[in-house]
Amino acid sequence: MSEKTFVLDGKTIPYAEGQTIMQAAMAAGVYIPRLCYHPEFKPHGSCKLCTVKSNGRQAASCTQLAQSAAVVESDTQELNDERRALLQMLFVEGNHFCPSCEQSGNCQLQATAYALNVMSTHYDHFFPDRPLDASHPEYLLDFNRCILCSLCIRASRDVDGKNVFGLAGRGIKSHLIVNAQSGALADTDFAGDDKAAQVCPVGVILKKRRGFAVPIGQRTYDLKPISAMPDAKES
Amino acid sequence: MSNSLETASHPENLRRVAIDPVSRVEGHGKVTILLDAQNKVQQVRLHIVEFRGFEKFIQGRPYWEVPVMVQRLCGICPVSHNLASSKAMDLIVGAKHLTPTAEKIRRLMHYGQILQSHALHFFHLCSPDLLFGFDSDIAKRNIVGVAAKYPDTARRGVLLRKFGQEVIRHTAGKRIHGTGSIPGGVNKALTLAERDELLADIYQMVEWSRDAVHLIKEMHSQNPALYNSFGAFRANLMSIVGNNGELDLYHGALRGRDANGAVLFDGVDYQNYSGLIEEEVKPWTYMKFPYLKALGQDLGWYRVGPLSRIQNCDSIATPLAEMERREFVAYSAGSLMHAPLAYHWARMIEMLFAAEMIKDLLHDDAILGHELVATGERALEGVGCIEAPRGTLIHHYRVDENDLVTMCNLIVSTTHNNQAMNEAVRQVARYYLSGHEITEGLLNHIEVAIRAFDPCLSCATHALGKMPLQVELLDSEGSTLSTLTRSSEGDLS
Repeated sequence: MSEKTFVLDGKTIPYAEGQTIMQAAMAAGVYIPRLCYHPEFKPHGSCKLCTVKSNGRQAASCTQLAQSAAVVESDTQELNDERRALLQMLFVEGNHFCPSCEQSGNCQLQATAYALNVMSTHYDHFFPDRPLDASHPEYLLDFNRCILCSLCIRASRDVDGKNVFGLAGRGIKSHLIVNAQSGALADTDFAGDDKAAQVCPVGVILKKRRGFAVPIGQRTYDLKPISAMPDAKES
Repeated sequence: MSNSLETASHPENLRRVAIDPVSRVEGHGKVTILLDAQNKVQQVRLHIVEFRGFEKFIQGRPYWEVPVMVQRLCGICPVSHNLASSKAMDLIVGAKHLTPTAEKIRRLMHYGQILQSHALHFFHLCSPDLLFGFDSDIAKRNIVGVAAKYPDTARRGVLLRKFGQEVIRHTAGKRIHGTGSIPGGVNKALTLAERDELLADIYQMVEWSRDAVHLIKEMHSQNPALYNSFGAFRANLMSIVGNNGELDLYHGALRGRDANGAVLFDGVDYQNYSGLIEEEVKPWTYMKFPYLKALGQDLGWYRVGPLSRIQNCDSIATPLAEMERREFVAYSAGSLMHAPLAYHWARMIEMLFAAEMIKDLLHDDAILGHELVATGERALEGVGCIEAPRGTLIHHYRVDENDLVTMCNLIVSTTHNNQAMNEAVRQVARYYLSGHEITEGLLNHIEVAIRAFDPCLSCATHALGKMPLQVELLDSEGSTLSTLTRSSEGDLS
């Protein structure tokens, strides 16, 4: 039986039945920008950064199953322009102050923006008021940087079996919450060895008293661009 | 110590001349001068017109973020804010004593900064005035003009600054706004390759720094009448000095002297700075006016920075700088030098000291060590103090049990010099401007006096919500029709 393949940006990509375009591209070493996708979790399809054109129709590559002989476009001017706009909107909706952020150099949002040559935030900043949750003795939640990827929600629910995090509100008012009567992380059973403590792609869930311990030049994305190791932070 | 010329008794109908912005200084400020019909100066004020909010928006942030965030106050000497806040946070994490590697890396970083900042100020910002004259052709009175007429001097200035920035890069990770200093220590030591790269150039830097001292000394000797008297006023002085009274820009205790050189206080732990210093707010500027509590507002203002430090210390540990310090002290025959232009001379002695210190530290194997961070018993409050290029810098924080900052107070070098700078411009206005037709060259005399202090106006204006304001409605003759005043407590009257 012949191998099933599709074409991604002119390159023939083999795939197995049931694989998504993203999974097949990753296996072939082709980078498709993404923020809410994590190989260990069921795809969410919410950040839309991984949108590709499959046979001319837009689809989230993390949820779209690979199809035999499909012609898929990803690294095109049109799609990258849309990705840049999405990234810019993520930057202005939160408070992302990279110069003083301890995740600078380790942040997938920042690294993806560099990879896609985002030179400015373009849109007016919302400057939302989002107080920190420092109630937990070992972990800090800085909601200013949340991009609503829901990775922590999925990790806590599906791997840790704790359901510590959730999303509340609708549309532009959607926001990350902690499932406790008080709303405080200290009043949950969240622990440092939870999967949820490891998966935040930005700088929301932070181990306390560890910021800036790694010098400039040795941080994750100082060494290689995100396109060379898109899931480095989770590993 | 007079405050005359701060406020004209009858400002109506006076002619207003403004220097806006003051050029070749860091940040944004302006000078306003009120003149009567005979061009006699009636009022002179240095206003700081930019506004920052660091003391407020640092509240609620985790303490380990503070050293990296607050250094964004400034792009010229961010290392000072980085180190002063790190020293405060050392106390928060209980690191009363750093590891030898951490302390020496921080010192190396600091002396790299002193070198680059002093070189920038002397060569780029002030040498045009000193080499060409205060009222020389304005088109040439800049670093490009210096490079055209004195190419070797300009080149040395550029390379000295570059070397200082390389020291910072190797210790902090970046030339500007690095992350090397963290609560309890540092996040990197030097590699052998980094040390050898710096060692290759340091001897040249020491030599050029010594030449720079000789250059400014020669200027003094060629025109003592100008250099000894321009904008001169008598003032108290303050700085930190080392344990044995020696010049130490990284750590020590506070010492103050009166205008005659007599010691006012000595060995004061900077943790207790609030018992020593009070700050006054005035409605016409964003910069506060600190003064020594014991002497009160009128008599207690003081001067900080190189001119204070070189005259406040008993010695300098490095031989070439010590030789120059002795000559500096001998020049004024035992009494304090109060002339603002002597700042340049003192500053160049400090640059030589910094270069010699860098040389010594590069020969110390501790900078290659691996013990980078110390910890201890957690505390809720800490004060960090350092001698920044422009003077004494104080950072004071309170941090709650959840690790978030609840209070921040910054007393920045330039703020200490606020009254002194105002006094200098008033002196210059009194002697050079009053009664004369105002020209650009004469106005530059005012700027020369301000520049001597190397003020960083952007660093010095960070309070939020404490600014008293006064709005006046004037008629066409300048008479006040109505006034609205907001006090520092926010009350309107």
